[in-house]
This record gives sequence, structure tokens and C-alpha cells, in this order.
Amino acid sequence: MGSHTVLDNVVTVVLRTTLALLVLLWAPVNRAVFAQSELAGSWAARNTEDISRDSFPVDYIGIPLNTEGRTRALTYNESQLAMIERQCEGWPPFYFVQGPFGLKIWSDTEPIKGAVISFTIGGWEDRAPITIWMDGRPHPSKYAQHMRGGFTTGTWEGTTLVAYTTHMKAGFIRKNGPPSSDQATMTSRFYRHGDILTVLAVIEDPIYLAEPQIVSKSFQLSAAPISPIGPPCVSGFEGRKAGEGVPHFVPEKNPFVDELTKRFHLPREVVLGEAETMYPEYRKKIKSTYVRPDPCKTDCGATPLR
Amino acid sequence: MSGRLTLLAVVLVASPLLMPLRVHGQNRGAPPPAPTAKASAAVDLTGYWVAFVNEDWRYRMVTPAKGDFRGVPITLEALKVVNAWDPAADEAAGNQCKSYGAAAIMRVPGRIHVTWQDDNTLRLDTDAGTQTRLFRFGPAPAAAGPPTWQGNSAARWERSGPGGAPGPGPGGPAAPARGGSLTVVTTNMRAGYLRKNGVPYSENATVTEYFDVAPQRDGGQLLVVTTVVDDPRYLQQPFIVSSHFKKEADASKWDPTPCSTTW
Repeated sequence: MGSHTVLDNVVTVVLRTTLALLVLLWAPVNRAVFAQSELAGSWAARNTEDISRDSFPVDYIGIPLNTEGRTRALTYNESQLAMIERQCEGWPPFYFVQGPFGLKIWSDTEPIKGAVISFTIGGWEDRAPITIWMDGRPHPSKYAQHMRGGFTTGTWEGTTLVAYTTHMKAGFIRKNGPPSSDQATMTSRFYRHGDILTVLAVIEDPIYLAEPQIVSKSFQLSAAPISPIGPPCVSGFEGRKAGEGVPHFVPEKNPFVDELTKRFHLPREVVLGEAETMYPEYRKKIKSTYVRPDPCKTDCGATPLR
Repeated sequence: MSGRLTLLAVVLVASPLLMPLRVHGQNRGAPPPAPTAKASAAVDLTGYWVAFVNEDWRYRMVTPAKGDFRGVPITLEALKVVNAWDPAADEAAGNQCKSYGAAAIMRVPGRIHVTWQDDNTLRLDTDAGTQTRLFRFGPAPAAAGPPTWQGNSAARWERSGPGGAPGPGPGGPAAPARGGSLTVVTTNMRAGYLRKNGVPYSENATVTEYFDVAPQRDGGQLLVVTTVVDDPRYLQQPFIVSSHFKKEADASKWDPTPCSTTW
């Protein structure tokens, strides 16, 4: 009996040691298989592609709006931003890829094993931070409160972080009026290639979009820190008194609808975001009628420094 | 007790089998041949893809005004080229394809067709401008040859893991079968245009591209190509753009058109 006990203990020790060795041998393999990317850091925007054209009141180029979305966009008057209750409304989460700013990303970890609980993309004066929950929590009920930053969960597909955002407040897809509803969702993919981070955002909105809006933007890792938060938004009197109503246009009478068509000789359906204008076939349709504008005189590009 | 001994025996017998395969291969003759690029593809890029042009529309779908270089960080020397753009002169000189070179071709509205030319060469054809790009894996050829519109492209896979897990959210898209992306570095190009209206890149430019595939909720696929153009002569800083393509089922919309200096 006694010898059995000793042998039993020896076997137990050998067994445990062997299992521990196996775990150790497998650990590096597992780490390699489930490789992820480090996203934390400051990512500078280079803004070398034209994503967020908001300098013209009616410029919905590249947004596949449906009729309802287009009509509502044409009602928008930027003077709404002078209303004291709208000054600090901010823009929906889409703005993190559409706006001109860089990204500050950081992670929060649980203290025992160091697992990432969440990534946060810092906000700015006019955009709420976006927290991407990585701990497997579910999205809230569809009846839950919608927030400026929405509710986002994320998973890894290899080295690509895939984030899914719901529960956003209604807002705008572009700052000049194309709307987004509170039913909109956004699937974002974060592709890191060395010091380049490309973010692909696919925005789906059953209310205002004819098909998903696809936006991508590349950022470059920056040694210079980017602020995780902007200055506070402070509202004040900007010429609109309480009770003056909401500035707007009657859609059919929006005075800016042909501003781009005249300046750049673009067909109106392009300016108004008809989905067909975003596919190569559309070029055939306009080839015989398009006339190249006169040489550029203003706003042609940043003056070279060297 | 006998159960534990049996378990111990099983573990001890099985453990060598669980070791990485490379341990088995040590000291047993020549290593097995490296798998071809085709066999070891990190992601499947083959098929037909159509450009979805919703960014830089005014600079891609139509020929913009002469002198408009908004968004491109050009140098003073490049500005002279921009202001001297003469499409008729390019046409006369046989340079109709100057805006279809490797630094610009992924921004040209059209369709691309990706196939394997051989086990280590991925081929990308465009219907717009009927260009052919060859992405070669493995060692670079000894002689680069004269510069061409599409230059010489060295390719490699970037692997990222097993994939296959569902994405986040209800009904989330499935991950690609293997996971990873393609990196392509292109040099030895003829000088060309980043945009149809004569915004230049020089023969010294280097183009680095990353090809990523994103599965969609409707079962479709998107291809995102991030292009980084470095040009010490005509660019003050890298010119970075990302272009989107949607997967198409077949070649039914493939429409080859020749290069044009004005359209």
C-alpha cells in the first residue's frame, strides 16, 4: 500500500510536469496563430484623398443616398449649427474616418492576465470617443439608449481588428447635410501595415442609403502625440434666438443645388449622390457631354514648400 | 492507479506527435521544397473586381481642370509639370498611358481581373487602359530591364492567422479562409501621372501597396488597396490613398478600353 502511494505520487508529479511542459511548448504556437496588431498610439492623418467634401452646401458626391436621404439632405441649412441647442451636437462616429483629424487609440486591460478589454479611439470637440469592447459583451437591446459614440464591439480576424457599431444617434454622414438615421450601423476594419493604418468603414442605413457607404482612410504612425480629447464644446449666442425656428430649405428650392454643377461641370445626379454614378459604367453615360473646366485658379492645392 | 499509468503512457506517447513538424524534419536529409506562392496564398485575390468610386470622384471619374492638384503633396518642381500639362503633346508622343502607370492604375475607374500566371506570379489585368501588372514572389530577377508603365513588382504575403471566426454583431460576416494580405513593392516605372490632369510622379518613385479583403454581411467581398507613393523628386511626403473594389461573379461586365490622355 505504502509503495503504491509513493508510486502514485511519482506518477502524479511526472504527469503534471509533462502536461505543464506541453502547455509551455504550445504557448508560442498559440501566440503566433492568434497574432494581433498593436493599434495603440497616435496616428496622423495625411489627408491626401478627398473623403469629406463639406466645403460646398450641396455636395453629396460619393454617398449612395436613396430618395428620402437626398430629399432630407436638401432641406439642410448650415445655419442650424448656430442654434444654441445644436452647437454641441457633434457628428456621428463615421466622422473618425471622414474628418480631417488623426487618431489617438489606446487600450484598457484587465489587471491579472493583461487581456485587452477595450480599445478607445479618442474624440474631439465635435465627435464623441468610440470605445470598442473586446471582452465579448453583447450589444444592448435595440430599445437601449442611443449615444453619440454608439456602442461598439470588436474581434480579431488575424491581425485585423473588426469593429461593429450600433446604437448611434441620428446625425449626418457628411457635415453638409446628408443624414444618417439611428438605425445606421458601421463595420470598421483596422488594417495595420507597418506604420500605415488603413481603416475601412462600411456604413449601412436602411432609412437613408440605397446601398452601403464605403469609406477608407489611411493614417501614419506619429511620434508626435495626438490629443485623446479635444477642447470642450462651449455653446453661446451665434445670432439665432430661441423660438426663431430651424433654418432649412425647401428641397426643390435649395439655392446651392447647382453650385458644383456649374463650377466643375458635373451632372446634377453626381452631386446629389445617385448610386449609379459610383461605378465605371457611368463614365460612358457622360463621356460625350462632359466638358473639362477651365484651368484652376483658386483652391487648386497647397502651395509647395520646396 | 492503473488509470493514471495509462494516462501517463498516453501523454508520453502522444507528446512527440504534438511537437511542431519542423522538429521531426531535423537531420533527415534535404528540407522539403518551399511551397509556391500560389499554394501558400494568405488570401484569395483571384477573380473580377469592380472599382467603387466614391472618394476623389472629381479626380478619377472625369478629367479635372488643368492645374488642380488638391490633396497631392507635390514639390515646386512638380508644380511646373502640373502647369505644363499638354494632353495633345502626350498623345503625339505616344504617351497615352501616362496616367495608367502602377502609381495610378488602382485609382482608374474600371475592373480588375486577378489570376495566377504561374505558381509564383500573380497577374492583375485592368480593362481600363488594358494594362497588365505582374506581382512576382521570391527573388527579384537579375536584370530589371528598361522602365515600363507598370514597373517591376515584388510581392509577399503577410500572414495574420487562421480566420474563419464570425465577425462581431448579429449575423456578422465570416472571416477569410486563411487570413492575411498581399504586399507589393513596385519600382522601375516610367514617369507618369497620379491624376489624369498631369500631376506627376517620376521614374524614381516607389509604390508600396497593401491588398486586403473584407467579407461583407451580404456575402460579398470588398478589396481595399492601400497605395503609398514615395517620390523624392515630385512629392514632399508620401501620397497615400486607399481604393475599394467589389467582387463580381464573372467577366460579363469586363470592358477593355484603350488608354486616353483626356478621358
